[in-house]
Amino acid sequence: MNNIIVLPMIVPIITAIFLVFLRDSIKLQRIISLITMVFVAVVSIVLLQLIQTEGILRLDFSGWAPPFGILFVADSFAVLLVLTASIVTAICLIYAFSTIGPRHERMFFYPFVLLLVAGVNGSFLTGDIFNLFVCFEVMLLASFALIALGGEKFQLREALKYVLINIVASWMFLLALAYLYGTLKTLNMAHISQRVAEVGQEPILTLVSLVFLIVFALKAGLLLFFWLPGSYSVPPTVVQALFAALLTKVGIYALFRTFTLMFPFDPEVTHTLIGIMAGLTIIAGCMGALSGHDVRTIATYNVVIGVGFILLALAIGTEEAMAGAVYYLIHDMIAKALLFLIIGTMVFLTGEIVVKNMSGLIRNYPLFGWLYFIVMCALVGIPPLSGFIGKVLIGQGAVETGSYVLLALGFGSSVIVLYSLLRIFLASFFGETSISEDDKKPIPRGAMVSFMLFALCIVGLGVGAEGIAVYVNDAAYTLVNPSVYVDAILNANE
Amino acid sequence: MKVNDVILKTVVRMVVFIVLTFGMYLFFAGHNAPGGGFIGGLVLGSAIVLLYLTYDIETVHKGMPFDFKKVAALGVLLATGTAIGSLFFDAPFLTQTDGYFTIPILGEKHLSTVVLFEAGVALTVIGTLVTIILSISEDE
Amino acid sequence: MESLMIILVGILVAIATYLILSRSVFRVIMGTAILSHAVHLLLLTVGGLKKGDVPIIGQADEAFTDALPQALILTAIVISFAVTAFLLVLAYRMYLTNGTDDFSQLGGKSDE
Repeated sequence: MNNIIVLPMIVPIITAIFLVFLRDSIKLQRIISLITMVFVAVVSIVLLQLIQTEGILRLDFSGWAPPFGILFVADSFAVLLVLTASIVTAICLIYAFSTIGPRHERMFFYPFVLLLVAGVNGSFLTGDIFNLFVCFEVMLLASFALIALGGEKFQLREALKYVLINIVASWMFLLALAYLYGTLKTLNMAHISQRVAEVGQEPILTLVSLVFLIVFALKAGLLLFFWLPGSYSVPPTVVQALFAALLTKVGIYALFRTFTLMFPFDPEVTHTLIGIMAGLTIIAGCMGALSGHDVRTIATYNVVIGVGFILLALAIGTEEAMAGAVYYLIHDMIAKALLFLIIGTMVFLTGEIVVKNMSGLIRNYPLFGWLYFIVMCALVGIPPLSGFIGKVLIGQGAVETGSYVLLALGFGSSVIVLYSLLRIFLASFFGETSISEDDKKPIPRGAMVSFMLFALCIVGLGVGAEGIAVYVNDAAYTLVNPSVYVDAILNANE
Repeated sequence: MKVNDVILKTVVRMVVFIVLTFGMYLFFAGHNAPGGGFIGGLVLGSAIVLLYLTYDIETVHKGMPFDFKKVAALGVLLATGTAIGSLFFDAPFLTQTDGYFTIPILGEKHLSTVVLFEAGVALTVIGTLVTIILSISEDE
Repeated sequence: MESLMIILVGILVAIATYLILSRSVFRVIMGTAILSHAVHLLLLTVGGLKKGDVPIIGQADEAFTDALPQALILTAIVISFAVTAFLLVLAYRMYLTNGTDDFSQLGGKSDE
């Protein structure tokens, strides 16, 4: 029994509810929501240490032993992602304080963000696949509200499409769960893994796993990302950053869990398919990033490229590639959040969204310009920034297994990322300044603080990669050896 | 437009109490039989919606001056509160407890914390249901 | 009985697909509601259709029903209730601001 595992989910929910009652005291709302996210980050650091000393932890809700009850499981992979999600949200909240405006703040902006984080953390921590569905829905309902918050004409239109696509995706999730329950009669992820290993992964089970693949591909934006550019460009900047950092990552996490823990025995079909899908995602994302004229489109297609790149690691499947994927996931959450915040601020400063119409921003805002340069280098994977180590490890895995096509695609995409972001840098930051000194809007101080904190995380993660190597390697080891996870759930007695 | 709705108003005045009683019955029956917080809450909420349909929003609001968003929030707080309460007794999250208590006049009764959890669920459902209906009907 | 239920699920999915592919927003929402009913029925069916007692030790001597699919369906119903309610309010607001409920006129670029 480790009640601490449930805190990253339940504390945001409780504070979200408290904030509903504090609707009119905006200052108090800000302070409480920030404290909550910092608290969750501290809890996850404690959890990481506990996992190092005591192995994988689990919490059986109301004492129902697995496989009968619902449970939360904390292994290094999940907790690292919880930690990153909490830090990213905390820094995004600092950005929101100075930019989102009292109208949104009074319309329950902070409660919705906290509920979103609760859903995300719950999805990472749960050890029961139906509970994963429920946490997904908590997260999605909060995201529905956040995307429509403000009620602009185009916002409501895109929100409606986003909600409809997610309803169909959730329907497919339930369909997959029905098939799974019909074939295996269990919903506990460790128990599923054990039963699949016992009976062997017959074609029917592979079919079930492919339905899951479609569901999570829709959520993660793996190949089925047609909904992503539209809906990620309408909400306020900070919501865009949260979506880009968190939502697709939950889908990616679910894909990793499904195909490393539950259905890892038929890689000729499943992992090959994931490899092909990831490759196509990268190609399509690159085309989108190259052809885009407005900064938001370029940024959203960079999210798509990132998704494809991380899932290359799942297709490769060696321990090194997995460690690379964990590193890259953490990096991608931080860097994408910063990229979206900077892009949103550019739009706010110039009032333009087309790359060509902005220029000379670096003369007015030198520090801002160089922060963009840092995030660009990190996304491309230039050492010593955070993207480097992940890319190298995934590349190493690809060389080991001889998947040279995937290797070429992965590193080719880095060049395209560099080109698409450098285009913005050269066109929008250099050149004649389009803003005169008189009507230069200042960047809010809170926004600058959050940029600096993100940049610090990027540099810190790059330079201090050795420091979290213990946790990342543990996460990768568990991913490659699912029996460790299964033993901790089903065979350990308390 | 003036509508003659004497029949509706008279019927609703009586029916609402029947619906409310049935809702409470469903809520308490849920412990050992079909029923429970969700269904009880739906029935109770529908009684309130019926009132809003028959009389106008201002009249009902005079009798029930609640912000239903806050009712829903209170419900979630109650439900998560009982779940989190188990943390303070060093029991796994969500653990519920029950026991037999002797109450004056009523005699020995079976009481459990699940009822509080269910009450939270019911309040949440009532709050959400009424909020949805009101948010559609409030503007012209 | 199972095959009958599966056919019913198929019919429901067909109807829902037809409705979702139409242009009117309201029809699409009705389609999603029917879609969720179809999958609830499917969950019930794959859990096994049989008569039996409640699954409590000492009460069920012979046949007992699996309570889990029912619990799953209840959860799924609650979620689809919430999502459908949200969707209805959203569609109504969208209709007020955009002035149309025809999907073919809701294309457009996000940056207007």
